[in-house]
Amino acid sequence: MEHPAQQLVDHLFRREAGKMVSFLSKILGFSQLSLAEDMVQETLAHALVHWRAGAPDNPEAWLYRVVKNKLLDHLRREKNWQERIAPGFLQQLNLDNSAETAFEHLNFEHEIEDSQLRMMFACCHPAIPEEAQLILILKTLCGLSVREIAAALLSSEEAVAKRLFRAKEKIRTEHLELEPPVGPELSQRLEAVLKVVYLLFNEGYYSVSDDAMLRLDLCREALRLSALLAGHPLSNAPKTQALAALLCFQASRFDARLDAQGDIIVLQDQNRSLWDQDLIRQGYWYFQRSASGNEVSAYHLEAAIASYHAASPDFASTNWQAVFHLYELLCQINASPVAAMNRAIALGYFRGAAAGIEALLNLENLGKNHIYQVALGDFYAQNEQPKQAEAAYRIAEKLVNRAAERRLIGKKLEGLVP
Amino acid sequence: MDKFMLVFHNTPIAEDVYAQMSPEAMQAELQKWNVWIGGIAAQGKLIGSDALYPTGKQVKGASHIITDGPFTEGKEIVSGYLLMTASSLDEAVEHAKGCPVLEFDGIVEVRPIQHFG
Repeated sequence: MEHPAQQLVDHLFRREAGKMVSFLSKILGFSQLSLAEDMVQETLAHALVHWRAGAPDNPEAWLYRVVKNKLLDHLRREKNWQERIAPGFLQQLNLDNSAETAFEHLNFEHEIEDSQLRMMFACCHPAIPEEAQLILILKTLCGLSVREIAAALLSSEEAVAKRLFRAKEKIRTEHLELEPPVGPELSQRLEAVLKVVYLLFNEGYYSVSDDAMLRLDLCREALRLSALLAGHPLSNAPKTQALAALLCFQASRFDARLDAQGDIIVLQDQNRSLWDQDLIRQGYWYFQRSASGNEVSAYHLEAAIASYHAASPDFASTNWQAVFHLYELLCQINASPVAAMNRAIALGYFRGAAAGIEALLNLENLGKNHIYQVALGDFYAQNEQPKQAEAAYRIAEKLVNRAAERRLIGKKLEGLVP
Repeated sequence: MDKFMLVFHNTPIAEDVYAQMSPEAMQAELQKWNVWIGGIAAQGKLIGSDALYPTGKQVKGASHIITDGPFTEGKEIVSGYLLMTASSLDEAVEHAKGCPVLEFDGIVEVRPIQHFG
């Protein structure tokens, strides 16, 4: 107690809560998710009181010792404790007469990592509606409270709580288990898991929530989960590597995207020396590993586009020809209006503003998209058509919700040369 | 320098609040305690501090009647203590004002330790 209090790593509780819930759920079964959450809550409340004068030397190990004891206490109370264990996990245990001896030889480090992965697969079970999957992952794996999830997803606490409750009821009543599926079903489930991680990242990267810290946390969690998926034999498909690469490339620009007032700086105007080179290197590492097999996923193409931006010293020298062709391929896989819009924008930078305007005007149903209107305005401005540019910017101004975005458009309007 | 004992009395409501906190909020709460106790330690005035379980046993009278206690239905629970040195009772009270238990309407009792002989 002679030492002044040791500072804890940021988000230690949140991160470890997610790991411990996954770990306990793997042992007790997914249907016991609420019990697992209660045990973890008690463990953290314990730490809160015991660490007041300073954290122990190895806080993570302390938490695991306590949570493991809680688990054993719970099992000890049951005469036939084996019946309380998830069937999938039971096979791994040396079924002696006491719970203690059965758990003695377990490699906990390995189990924790493995259990987070299984939890991800379970949360994306097709029986759980898609919008509830993301909430469930945020709650169980990322340790976010209902209030924090509501803030991150711009939803109400009641709505989040209701969805969580329904999802958990489903898990309990339909006896969903943490066992990942096999065969072609595994590949489908992996698709769902990757999509949720992709959405999680996008929520953080593009979300309209004003809580900057929370948004950064969501991106970090998505990076962490994608790295976990990329490194695990169950999920390390080439498209998983591509997703991890994409997230690394995008995250590398996190600090360069906002100015001191929190206003958005568009790719064009970003100070590229602020891009995180470590993340870019990591991105290339995953990207190389994604180049195997014969499937080109949307993640491959998006990662490839991001890699061209990462490699370019400034906006003007971007290889727009390559970026345009990649968007063309992306439109073939995934013919969404947003992909088509990006293809048109890339064409404008590749062939000139007039070509960009023409391509954008050929698109339908995008008039109410502010990015579309801003891009149109930019090309008109470049093409020395300030009146048309102003009209497009004025429409965009009415479509955005965030003050930062409105200021950005305001700057563009001021910059127009009549 | 005299010795003082700071006794923390928690309301059961505060204990409930802890149980409802998100992991992030719990860590923030812990950080407050770390800062407060760390500040006393940094001045070389901390002797020791511990938290108590909310319940235990009570031994009463010459006949050693043992009951469960204290009774948590009561208004407050002694949840921990901190032993420190300070130049005066006033100084110890000043330190006590920083205790995070006060944010949940708890009480910090500041008691000088008696010297014999």
